[in-house]
Amino acid sequence: MKTQGDFRDPEKVRHLLDAIAQKTSKNWSIMEICGGQTHVFLKYGLDKLLPSQIDLLHGPGCPVCVTAAEFIDMAIQIARQPDTLVVSFGDMLRVPGSCLDLLSARAEGAAVQMVYSPLDALEIAQKEPKRQVVFFAVGFETTAPAIALTIVNAQRNQISNFSVLCAHVRVPPAMTALLSNPAHRIDGFLAAGHVCTVMGSNEYYEIAKKFSVPIVITGFEPLDILYGVYRCIVRLEDKQPGVENAYARVTREQGNATAQQILQQVFQVVDRNWRGLGLIPLGGFQIREEYGQFDALRRFSHLSPVSVAADDLCMGGKVLQGLMKPDQCPYFATRCSPEHPLGAPMVSSEGACAAYYRYRRNE
Amino acid sequence: MCLAVPGKIIELTHLDPENRLGIVDFGGIRKSINLTFLPEAQVGDYVTVHVGFGLSIMDSEEARLVLEHLEQIGQQNQQKLDENARRFPRSGKS
Ligand code: SF4
Repeated sequence: MKTQGDFRDPEKVRHLLDAIAQKTSKNWSIMEICGGQTHVFLKYGLDKLLPSQIDLLHGPGCPVCVTAAEFIDMAIQIARQPDTLVVSFGDMLRVPGSCLDLLSARAEGAAVQMVYSPLDALEIAQKEPKRQVVFFAVGFETTAPAIALTIVNAQRNQISNFSVLCAHVRVPPAMTALLSNPAHRIDGFLAAGHVCTVMGSNEYYEIAKKFSVPIVITGFEPLDILYGVYRCIVRLEDKQPGVENAYARVTREQGNATAQQILQQVFQVVDRNWRGLGLIPLGGFQIREEYGQFDALRRFSHLSPVSVAADDLCMGGKVLQGLMKPDQCPYFATRCSPEHPLGAPMVSSEGACAAYYRYRRNE
Repeated sequence: MCLAVPGKIIELTHLDPENRLGIVDFGGIRKSINLTFLPEAQVGDYVTVHVGFGLSIMDSEEARLVLEHLEQIGQQNQQKLDENARRFPRSGKS
């Protein structure tokens, strides 16, 4: 078995960088969708090793960054009710809603807890039958099947004190929205490998055709990422838009059929508001009526959190669309830092602002 | 959050197709992982795991092919450099 370490081999990295430099003859802007990849680029300084003609645009692939503030406000409101507990992934707890984040709400007495897996949330619900346990579910198609299966398990085991606040989003509609913005500068995409591991590449053919862009499915090790860039550049230089899988050791053309089937069974596709990007048609998943008893929006429909239109200084919307680099934001590393974030991209371990803060702040 | 980590299945502990579980070894750390999305996964397979769920079985043949392709790219680079060195012996580079 070839290990992950093989995909960090410095000599191959050098060869690939040479090959990219030889092939690049013009200026190209390539967007990596996934925030995890943004971090790898910056961590290893790969972006600086690429030819100066290649401009990397960092995309919206940071789930907690794009989760609408209304959902966070709702989660806080639920967590303030007696005998409830809101659980979610760690990053989500620190992202500000329209006025507060979940951890600050906890400091004021709301019941909030961090978990690693939605199954942990279900376990808590089983152990504490007197409490309403609500899993605040955020993430892309990578994470959504896990939530769907957890809901199916809750139904099978009749765990009636468990529900899900579902804020899941879908990536391809956001790519379409980005390309539909006349101000966009995207020549090609590195598609997020793990989203495609679930969904396959089918959804991308239409986008590639309609907007005449290359979309290269890309992995996460340094060599995976540079290989994705290389294939994207080859396609741009050779004028061959289309879809290509540069992460075939993990991602299959058809994706994961079992996971897709569970997604279908539990969720339906709906329009969704993405933080910083606005309403994205068909941009989210919502729990189907058949599983309505596990939908926290229904269970707590009597609550109506007041979302204050806060005077939001954060420029995250521009950053997430690749229209602005994090260090071009006037608040970057001044009023905005991971300790005192003004916006979600500075909080999350996948946020572009957090990556620049960590790896580029002193340059 | 979309990060998925690779590990090796060392035991299948629960074979119910609607809730398949196994023990996965992540470089020494062993965890119980839900393998329902991987009905065909067997002991010894390397899988990518995300928030406690296996999402895909790693294909070592595909890994080998990419690494081989990268090897070729390296050789081509070298050839080009050698050729240029022959053609422009003094500058050594085009
Ligand atoms: S630096 Fe802070 S304020 Fe500026 S865009 Fe990033 S998160 Fe928002």
